[in-house]
Amino acid sequence: MGNKLIELQHISKIYDGHKVLDDLNLYFNENKFLTLLGPSGCGKTTTLRILGGFEMPDEGHVIFSGEDITSLPPNKRQLNTVFQKYALFTHMNIAENIAFGLKISGKSKTYIEDKIKYALKLVNLDGYEKRMPDSLSGGQQQRIAIARAIVNEPKVLLLDEPLGALDLKLRQEMQYELIRMKNELGITFIYVTHDQEEALTMSDTIVVMNQGYIQQIGTPEDIYNEPTNAFVADFIGDSNIFPGIMLEDKVVEIFGVIFPCVDTGFGHNRPVDVVIRPEDVELGAPGAGTVDGVVSHLIFKGVHYEMEVTACGQEWLVQSTRMYPVGEHVSISVDPFNIQIMNKPESEDEEAVVLDV
Amino acid sequence: MYKKSLSCPFLIWAAAFIIIPLLFIMYYGLTDKSGSFTMANLMAVATAEHSKALFLSLGLSLLSTVICLILAYPLALILSGSRLGKSGFVIFLFILPMWMNFLLRTLAWVVLLDTNGVLDTILKFFGLKGMKIINTPAAIVFGMVYDFLPFMILPIYNVVSKIDVNVINAARDLGANSFQTLYKVIFPLSLPGVVSGITMVFVPSLTTFVISTLLGGGKILLIGNVIEQEFMKGTSWHIGSGLSLVLMLFIIVSMILSSKYDHGEGNVL
Ligand SMILES: Nc1ncnc2c1ncn2[C@@H]1O[C@H](COP(=O)(O)OP(=O)(O)OP(=O)(O)O)[C@@H](O)[C@H]1O
Ligand SMILES: [Mg+2]
Repeated sequence: MGNKLIELQHISKIYDGHKVLDDLNLYFNENKFLTLLGPSGCGKTTTLRILGGFEMPDEGHVIFSGEDITSLPPNKRQLNTVFQKYALFTHMNIAENIAFGLKISGKSKTYIEDKIKYALKLVNLDGYEKRMPDSLSGGQQQRIAIARAIVNEPKVLLLDEPLGALDLKLRQEMQYELIRMKNELGITFIYVTHDQEEALTMSDTIVVMNQGYIQQIGTPEDIYNEPTNAFVADFIGDSNIFPGIMLEDKVVEIFGVIFPCVDTGFGHNRPVDVVIRPEDVELGAPGAGTVDGVVSHLIFKGVHYEMEVTACGQEWLVQSTRMYPVGEHVSISVDPFNIQIMNKPESEDEEAVVLDV
Repeated sequence: MYKKSLSCPFLIWAAAFIIIPLLFIMYYGLTDKSGSFTMANLMAVATAEHSKALFLSLGLSLLSTVICLILAYPLALILSGSRLGKSGFVIFLFILPMWMNFLLRTLAWVVLLDTNGVLDTILKFFGLKGMKIINTPAAIVFGMVYDFLPFMILPIYNVVSKIDVNVINAARDLGANSFQTLYKVIFPLSLPGVVSGITMVFVPSLTTFVISTLLGGGKILLIGNVIEQEFMKGTSWHIGSGLSLVLMLFIIVSMILSSKYDHGEGNVL
């Protein structure tokens, strides 16, 4: 599986008696865009701070290129961080901000000047050398923070929700910028966000976290199409999550209605969670599908219509480019390939599945 | 209109207690007994006795300002970085003496430093000689530092504790060790606090006469004592005012210097 550049081994972190990270195992390969995704408070920033050296884990080790760097201070680590709120040095101008790390490592004047030029070009802010950080917009400051980090040629760039404070349009632009920069620099980006769309757009690999546990690791396609549990399914995109019963291989019963599916190996009459993405629910004329229902809500979303259909006494979320007005009788059918079957968690604890890579 | 009428009492207050006394001092300072204009009162500072007092004042104030800074800066850093500081209790301990009467605090030092006072008694207990600090410039500096230290700590603490931890983390992240972080990031960012601390210690030290009277035993004259004597011992209000004006000049210069750095963030009092 490629070259393990940095590895977290059995990391645990406790704050005030509360276990924020519990036996976390994770590795990051070279030249990859990796995203830590999870709801607020799940321990993403803590993981990043442990990687950056701002926080010591209570248990476990951080391995960088085969070396244990768990107790190495941040200034001795070959990685740089882009902080959530930019954290620029307000008493220095842009050029001095970018030069900070280079001056400390004793680089020559011409080298530093070249690097500043290169970095400002990379973040599309040529000519901003003499400006003060306070005089820049949020997006510009964020790009300076990135420039300030990358001139040091780190092997890994850690980014903690760097686009969190930007408006939607700028955020989308910056997402493409970041992907471009990563490809140009050829280094590993470890990116933290709670925005699933951002994660799906940018990442090579997504690590979905909840309550200090890793829920799933995979490519954006894996995570979206094959969520391993109801939490991931619910967190990534909209979805219908229904309780069902796996009658036998390839047959699942939802609210008393039989749906064919493709999953096997669940045994007989086993309670499961069934996940169906709203875009996979197909509507048709009454009687033409698996079960009939009535449209109860309709919203225009731009690319598609979003509807709620009441069938079997349950609301089904449906996305379709074709509009069905409220009150219309429709039928629902789902392609067997688009029905995801997942084991029900047996206890609260198991809801946070521990996954070793 | 509403705002203007509200500010009226303050304007009257300012006129009655600031502007008019100031004009009086200027009048006395620039006239002689017969009421005619003269620069002699200002020039009086050039006499050996007066200029010695002025330079001693400048020297001792400068020294106590530097000592306050050296003591206060690390303290403010530690307080702002620790839970102790965040709880506010330790800060409260440092402010507490400021609520006590200034004279009382200075008198306490007289008792401590006096020949056969507390300090000497302790030293003698250990078989050492008494230090004879009282009535020396050192005693005056002691008093100044003790009385004015909180005015140095508070503005610095105030500014340092507002520095974003992530800015400090960023410096560390970019390769700076603790010392480089301190002098390249924390210190420059704390300058406004340092500057207002310096003014808040230097100016009262420069003008004090209570500390020098009590701890200098009347033997060491600072410019404040000289001015006091001119007024209180009835020598000459004219010369006293003239010297005050000269002193004011020094204070104004130090204020102007500091206002260049101070962007108002350091002011807490
Ligand atoms: N210094 C600290 N002291 C005590 N508790 C902390 C500290 N830092 C974080 N925590 C707790 O650890 C948990 C995880 O925090 P963390 O900052 O890693 O979350 P996050 O996933 O980054 O969330 P967000 O998306 O809101 O930034 C939270 O419950 C938080 O309250
Ligand atoms: Mg966070």
